[in-house]
Amino acid sequence: MNLGFRPELLWSDALLFLLLAVVVMFAWRSARNEHLRAPWRRVARSRLGMSAAVVLIAYACIGIVDSLHYRPALPATEGQPVQYAAEVRSLLDVLTGELRTRVEDSYSAPFSLHLYSRETVTQPDGSQARVFPRLQHAGVGLADAAAARADIVWRGLRGIALGALGGALVLIVAAFAVGRRLGGWRAGWMAIRCAPECSGLRAGLATLIGLLVLGAIAVQLVPNYHVLGTDKVGTDVFYLSLKSVRTGLLIGTLTTLVTLPLALLLGLAAGYYGGRVDDVIQYLYTTLNSIPGVLLIASAVLVAQVQIELHPELFDTAAARSDLRLVSLCLILGMTSWTGLARLLRAETLKLREMDYIQAARAFGVSRARIIGRHIVPNVAHLVLITVAIDFSGLVLAEAVLSYVGVGVDPVTASWGNMINGARLELAREPMVWWQLSAAFVFMFALVLSANLFADSVRDAFDPRAAGQG
Amino acid sequence: MLNYFIRRVLYALPILIGVNLLTFMLFFVVNTPDNMARIHLGAKYVTPEAIEKWKVEHGYDRPLLYNAGATGMSKLTDTLFVDKSLALFAFDFGAADDGRDIAREIRHRMWPSLAIALPNFLLGLVAYLSFALVMVFFRASYLDLAGVVLCVALMSVSGLFYIIGGQYLVGKLWHLVPVSGFAPGAEMLKFLLLPVLVGVIGGLGDSSRFYRTLFLEEIHKDYVRTARAKGLSERVVLFRHVLGNAMIPILTGAVVVIPRLFLGSLIVESFFGIPGLGSYTIEAIQAQDFAIVRSMVFLGSVLYIVGLLLTDLSYTLVDPRVRLE
Repeated sequence: MNLGFRPELLWSDALLFLLLAVVVMFAWRSARNEHLRAPWRRVARSRLGMSAAVVLIAYACIGIVDSLHYRPALPATEGQPVQYAAEVRSLLDVLTGELRTRVEDSYSAPFSLHLYSRETVTQPDGSQARVFPRLQHAGVGLADAAAARADIVWRGLRGIALGALGGALVLIVAAFAVGRRLGGWRAGWMAIRCAPECSGLRAGLATLIGLLVLGAIAVQLVPNYHVLGTDKVGTDVFYLSLKSVRTGLLIGTLTTLVTLPLALLLGLAAGYYGGRVDDVIQYLYTTLNSIPGVLLIASAVLVAQVQIELHPELFDTAAARSDLRLVSLCLILGMTSWTGLARLLRAETLKLREMDYIQAARAFGVSRARIIGRHIVPNVAHLVLITVAIDFSGLVLAEAVLSYVGVGVDPVTASWGNMINGARLELAREPMVWWQLSAAFVFMFALVLSANLFADSVRDAFDPRAAGQG
Repeated sequence: MLNYFIRRVLYALPILIGVNLLTFMLFFVVNTPDNMARIHLGAKYVTPEAIEKWKVEHGYDRPLLYNAGATGMSKLTDTLFVDKSLALFAFDFGAADDGRDIAREIRHRMWPSLAIALPNFLLGLVAYLSFALVMVFFRASYLDLAGVVLCVALMSVSGLFYIIGGQYLVGKLWHLVPVSGFAPGAEMLKFLLLPVLVGVIGGLGDSSRFYRTLFLEEIHKDYVRTARAKGLSERVVLFRHVLGNAMIPILTGAVVVIPRLFLGSLIVESFFGIPGLGSYTIEAIQAQDFAIVRSMVFLGSVLYIVGLLLTDLSYTLVDPRVRLE
């Protein structure tokens, strides 16, 4: 059967979906246990937390859509088996339409109709002139800058209207959903508008509507303009920023797949068993901690890079190769960053094992493994959740720094670090090329800020002692 | 006291041995000298002779752990492990890939690093503590809330943004100081101003928020209530009592990094063109010079352990109850 494409599961995709499954399982468990549901309800009531959650979900959607990879079929030749292109694409490439292929010659400013630098062009009459060449894929069918301005305003207004329409739809759905238990959508609407326990929902809905409007404006403008300009080789910066979302998210989340088992296993073992086990584990993390973080990561990444370079049989496409580097980076980050959480868990377990209910369980003859699984893990779960949420933003920021040092993701992978790194060299230029840097920083800032805010509200909800201390 | 220090130094040895073994595993066992030669000579199409030649030139032409070709004790000592890894304990770092002596480079380059990192550290500490104290002084008011919001926003900005933004604004737009570069002597100041400023601002969000939490934890304790009940002013309570008692957790975080100031910051030094150890390291990473990276890893962990010792020592200074026995 020829579908015209072949699904491609990269390593990072597989791990991401594994992680998603874990999250869904955790959510399902939380929904069934009242003692887990209560703190989440506190999160849902926090205004900043809900706004941040909406932004995070938006980012996650982009990342997940970008993780559904496929390879398109090449034009078929009679009697031959179907061949597939070497280039791996994702569903995001399909959704953004022509954006991937709308490549200009070089830099162009946001909304500009012309390249950023003069080029020598042969005029129709044979003479040569230094002009700013017209872009091939921006403002198509428009005569001049004035017409473009009118077009931009018109498209922007249309985007706002469409976004508002979408927002109204969202509000109606929300009113019906809330009103189901209150008896009718009118009551639901009133609750959303005024009820104090709906403050989080209100903030979340407002953020969602804001995002919808922004998205609708983008959908209107993107087909005929480079809304964030183009980079050195003429790629649309908006497209690059969207593609970078997946890289940032993966580094922030896949790392926890490595960190969590290590930290849980070692931290709990050190705290519960004590003695020799504790000594060995403490020695392990003190040794790892004693090496400066960046240097440890750099050493491991350098070695991994050499291994990847010398073993070309591990991957069949360029995408698989850069993906392997991304996964190995996550692995390394995880291997080097479990120490903090392990230390926390060890201290907490030391405290818990002397508690009465654990002593009682021990007196009843419950096995050690069962005590740990049944009594200790649920009681340290909030620490794990809070640490994961806080570490996420640090990891997203670390990606940019590591890419700058040269031990980050593959240079061909779209990532904010690579965008910053590429634009940095153009800073000395007059006039400055600012849009690539700004786009990377703004996209990164929005993600990290919402992650930080969400982490704060999670911490306040799960750790009442710290609540109110900011 | 002396006994305590001897014991602590002995405790440190296993850690250094661990670091040493780890780097040996990474750079010699996983990543064999053959691989190193292949990378430096250009991955593909290298002849075995060229690899051997590179190894001889750079002193990697010996077995890893056991030299069967040698006689007597040198069966064990004339190996890469002894020559390249154990030698680190004597601070004998060997030569970089370009043939220069690493120890000499380190001695030269640590001073520019320190010139940036030390003022950055001291000014930063003062700034963060003051900002945190101001927030705590106005706690539970809009000023406090604004401070926390500012901290979270500052925390969420990439460190690279502060550097690039600072260079653009102060260096290029206002022409106040050179964008990058370094000069010894009195001229140094104008080159130091911007990196130090950027460094202090870059850490403001994270650290001030951390210190604020520390102070808030102290402020609900009994001795603070007693101090207030005695009629002491809020200023005295904050500066003398709260700050004094929060000193232990503050020192735990701060003192341990002091020795590491010699290593400098990779990013700041590379952006500002400071010829310190940070830019040395980053150049080594980009050139895949494993000898330098290995040396810096070892040096870093030695300095960390010195930092731990200093931390213990500093406790005795701020808390009379602590005695090092």
